Amino acid sequence: MNELWTYLEANWTQIRGWTLTTLWLAAVPVMAGLVLALPCGWLAHRYRWAHGPFVSAMSIVYTVPSLVMFLVLPELLGTKILDPVNVVAALTLYTFALLVRTVADGLASVPAHTLATAAAMGHTARQQLLSVQLPLAVPVIGAGVRVAAVSNASLVSVASVVGTSQLGQLFIAGNNVGSLAPIILGLVFFVTIALAFDLIIVIITRLLTPWHKAVAS
Amino acid sequence: MKLAADNGLPGLGRVVIWFNDPGNWWGSTGLLAHVREHLVYTFVVVCTAALIAVPVGLVIGHTGRGTTLIAGTSNALRAVPALGLLIFLIVVLSPRIHIRQGLGSTIPAGSVPYLIPALLVLVILAIPPILTSTYAGVQSLEPAAREAAAGTGMTPLQVILKVEMPCSLPLIMSGLRSATLQVIATLTVAAYAPLVGGLGRLIVDGHQNLRDLRYGYPAMVAGGVSVAVLALAVDALLNLAQRLLTSPGIALSGTRQRTNPMNSQNPVQNAG
Repeated sequence: MNELWTYLEANWTQIRGWTLTTLWLAAVPVMAGLVLALPCGWLAHRYRWAHGPFVSAMSIVYTVPSLVMFLVLPELLGTKILDPVNVVAALTLYTFALLVRTVADGLASVPAHTLATAAAMGHTARQQLLSVQLPLAVPVIGAGVRVAAVSNASLVSVASVVGTSQLGQLFIAGNNVGSLAPIILGLVFFVTIALAFDLIIVIITRLLTPWHKAVAS
Repeated sequence: MKLAADNGLPGLGRVVIWFNDPGNWWGSTGLLAHVREHLVYTFVVVCTAALIAVPVGLVIGHTGRGTTLIAGTSNALRAVPALGLLIFLIVVLSPRIHIRQGLGSTIPAGSVPYLIPALLVLVILAIPPILTSTYAGVQSLEPAAREAAAGTGMTPLQVILKVEMPCSLPLIMSGLRSATLQVIATLTVAAYAPLVGGLGRLIVDGHQNLRDLRYGYPAMVAGGVSVAVLALAVDALLNLAQRLLTSPGIALSGTRQRTNPMNSQNPVQNAG
């Protein structure tokens, strides 16, 4: 315990910098991926032709190992190998791949009679989607976002093998000198970040679905 | 890929040339040997994880005890980065393992001290999806089926083995599929441990000599493409196995696929 504290104090400036980088490397792709997945997931749900390219093709993207993705993207984007943009782009792609299916499934999970009721009350197609179908799909979409956020946080650590400067460097440092302190610190930081993201998303999901609380009480 | 000329990578065109060279396919360090190692490791890891997770999941699902604890632990385990856990176990365990012998070409001499931590990480990561889907499968059964089985005089063990297990098989299999895909992907990170084989070897070694045309970047991307192909092929096989193993009576109730919680609530997590 003492050893951990000493290491943390001695390297605090660097660890603080790495923590901030890790936070945005993990958070930005979740938001970007979700923003892209909402319209595309709707297309995949609404139109049969869009289901194949978005849902099936994207499940292939998900099988590409991240280490390879981090180094194929520089070729496709014309970026430098160590550019953090590669990590953001790779994780955005993974998040999108996961969420496009979740959004389509979430929209499909809304019962047909609920939509028929909304139509009967005079909702236009757009109002049905935005004020009935989408809010009701929030729990399913939220569950998907939780998985994406937690898995992103741990994927960021893999980028340290490529050399991107973030908390994963603690693992590499520990391995190079055979010392446990940086490794344990790294694990603690990554798990804390992942669980914090998870908690934030759970809270947002609850806020967006107030009727769940009403039913429960 | 002209636009990327300044990043120092040999270019994606080289990957096609790499695949076209038979010398890269055969032999003890060829692509096919790595595919074989990858499959052997995956099989060993998933079987070990299933031997632990399925019985525990069945008991938890049957008794309904400990679900909160298990769900919480599974979620927390998801948050543990595979690379960090691997390096932790290598630093802790490897110096204490003194087995130097190898076994055939899959386990080269001296690799055991690294192989054990690597496979252990994968087993730890593969248990949560199997465990969660097993107890979810048992719990999603209609209580009437369980009560009817008990009513005919079955012992609790018989209820578990003859009713609950076959009925929750589709979900157990879907957990096994998630776990298998995750193991196939994470094995690429496991190759960060020295002497551990599999397609990750091509990827990690390729990354270390990026500019080498034979063992560098082209081998790395080829390894990545092979992992993706392998994952899709294995998933298709398991899908087939799932259909063959599922009792026809259960397969008939077509709503099962749609309500399968593994599909959207609990998708495969990419850890590699």
